[in-house]
Amino acid sequence: MEALSLLMHGFAVLLTWKTLLLMMFGLVLGIFVGVLPGLGGPNGVAILLPLTFTMDPTSAIVMLSCIYWGALFGGAITSILFNIPGEAWSVATTFDGYPMAQQGRAAEALTAAFTSSFIGSLVAVMLITFLAPMISSFALKFGPPEFFAVYLLTFCSFVGLGREAKHKTVISMSLGLLLAGIGMDTVSGQLRMTFGSSELLRGVNFLVAVIGLFGISEILLTMEERLALRGHAAAISLRVVLSVWKDLPKYWVTLFRSSFIGCWLGITPGGAIAASFMGYNLAKRFSKDPDSFGKGRIEGVFAPETAAHASGTAALLPMLALGIPGSGTAAILLGGLMVWGLNPGPLLFVEHKDFVWGLIASMYLGNVVGLVLVLTTVPIFASILRVPFAAVAPMIVVSCAIGAYAIQNAMFDIWLMLGFGVVGYVFKKVGIPLAPFTLALVLGNRAEDAFRLSMIGSGGDMKVFWSNGLVGSITTLAIVLLFWPVIDKAFGSVRRMLVPARA
Amino acid sequence: MSNTDIEIVVEDPTAPETNSPAVTSVRVVDVVVCLLLLALALTLAYDNWRTGAGWESTGPQSGYFPFYLSVILAGASLYGLAAAFLSRREATEVFVTRAQLRRVLAVFVPTLLFCLAMQFLGLYVASFLLISGFMRFVGKIVLWKSLLTAFVFTAVMFVTFDVAFDVIMPKGPLEAALGR
Repeated sequence: MEALSLLMHGFAVLLTWKTLLLMMFGLVLGIFVGVLPGLGGPNGVAILLPLTFTMDPTSAIVMLSCIYWGALFGGAITSILFNIPGEAWSVATTFDGYPMAQQGRAAEALTAAFTSSFIGSLVAVMLITFLAPMISSFALKFGPPEFFAVYLLTFCSFVGLGREAKHKTVISMSLGLLLAGIGMDTVSGQLRMTFGSSELLRGVNFLVAVIGLFGISEILLTMEERLALRGHAAAISLRVVLSVWKDLPKYWVTLFRSSFIGCWLGITPGGAIAASFMGYNLAKRFSKDPDSFGKGRIEGVFAPETAAHASGTAALLPMLALGIPGSGTAAILLGGLMVWGLNPGPLLFVEHKDFVWGLIASMYLGNVVGLVLVLTTVPIFASILRVPFAAVAPMIVVSCAIGAYAIQNAMFDIWLMLGFGVVGYVFKKVGIPLAPFTLALVLGNRAEDAFRLSMIGSGGDMKVFWSNGLVGSITTLAIVLLFWPVIDKAFGSVRRMLVPARA
Repeated sequence: MSNTDIEIVVEDPTAPETNSPAVTSVRVVDVVVCLLLLALALTLAYDNWRTGAGWESTGPQSGYFPFYLSVILAGASLYGLAAAFLSRREATEVFVTRAQLRRVLAVFVPTLLFCLAMQFLGLYVASFLLISGFMRFVGKIVLWKSLLTAFVFTAVMFVTFDVAFDVIMPKGPLEAALGR
């Protein structure tokens, strides 16, 4: 029960007025970001990251993670009241959430959404509390070959398991890895791909790219849409909340199933979007009355919201334990860690106990405070949508510019941000996924360093990646995942050949 | 306590018309993107070849990783080029309509001007101009509301970043005149 005492220590770190205030501030900003069209979890965190540069790492991560929780909560508000998913992972929530609002049960749907979000994250945080220290102490034995194998596994699973066209994932990932390599080579100190430009010497900063790719491009995309909206207004009364909570035990199977799906997909790079759809579909399939889904069934709100939140939270587990982000937002938080001078990876649990346990404790506290906050303030946040987009858009642009400039105090980064904005807009429209790009950009240098250090260790012998059972099985798994679509197809045709033979 | 009445209504008078003609198809853009990526991949491959993409006794040289990545990128773009040419679906899919493009440019051009203005006027003055100008001319919002919103937002940003959090932003003649 060492984890529990460390967690208590974490709560002790948190319970100062300053941290609590930052937490509230982060949550409010997060809900705001989640409700606004054209902004989402990753953008919000990336844009607001500069605010934390002068803070100590613990306060900084507490505030940023609270922005993330807030954004997760905020996405549900617009999907239920306006039928506009503020985030891709809340698309599934609109299926039953909006019909409920049309039937005048908006308050019920909102309470269900917030409560199930809370349950989903709680399950995932408990998983993190007990699993992360174990994984990280196991990972402390890792050498460079093991780390490279884990990085390889992450990259390969993106290519093999992603739903986009394979060559587009490969394009996105190799481009990210290439851009990560620009500048000084960390092993030999040699310059590469700078073409004599002193601006490129610094390399392409990950956060600048993210702000452009997600912030600026999202505004361009939003402007293409018709921005008129009509929605229901709702206030939540205590009576509704209590009546929804009273019925909660009836849905324990759905809640449990969705939490499990969410945790699983969050740790593997499947993401909250896939989790929410899978949670919804499975709830529908196992229901006695599947036809009532889509017509305002409360289970149709419980299932996707629980899964999305569980997954969003569980994505932080590999980030904390191994230094590998499970989602775009986790990747940005990882970028933040580096800015604050912390080295992500298993050593974090040993060297920065205060930081790690403060963060984990803030997940518990942030979700409780967040639940109370959204339940009481929904009408205020729903009315934010009355602010015309013509006022919101330039403000987002300014915030993006502040964020991009503050990271390195370089004017060049502003232009880089604008460039990435255009790239992000075009990529999204031709279907090149951005998540592998982000991941590659943040992990590229670490993966290359790990590879080259293992090569130095083994004297240039590739067999080092199969030198013991652990590293060998991770590397093999990575290669299997890379070719998974091919293997899957091959098995399928073998099975098809066998079945008629037997019949 | 819930309410069925529609209470929040936001209109969008300048929304892009749905019947606007297409500027270009997804296929054309896909081909252009693949060609650009191919050119980038070849340039980077050349540069890395020059840096040294070989294998030394202690492992790969500094150009090794990026060189083979450029090769992978070039391969994937070539594949994408072929796939785009063969895809029937992409040829009919609209990349952007004329009305949509007009709206996108209505944000992009001011953003570009904002980035330019920032070099000379500093961030705060440029953001005041961007917000007020955008609200007034693109959003067709009443002048005093636009000016007030822009002023309040810029002032809040200034206080938050410059005064409270000590994050230094580019400044121009106005800040210099005010002694900040």
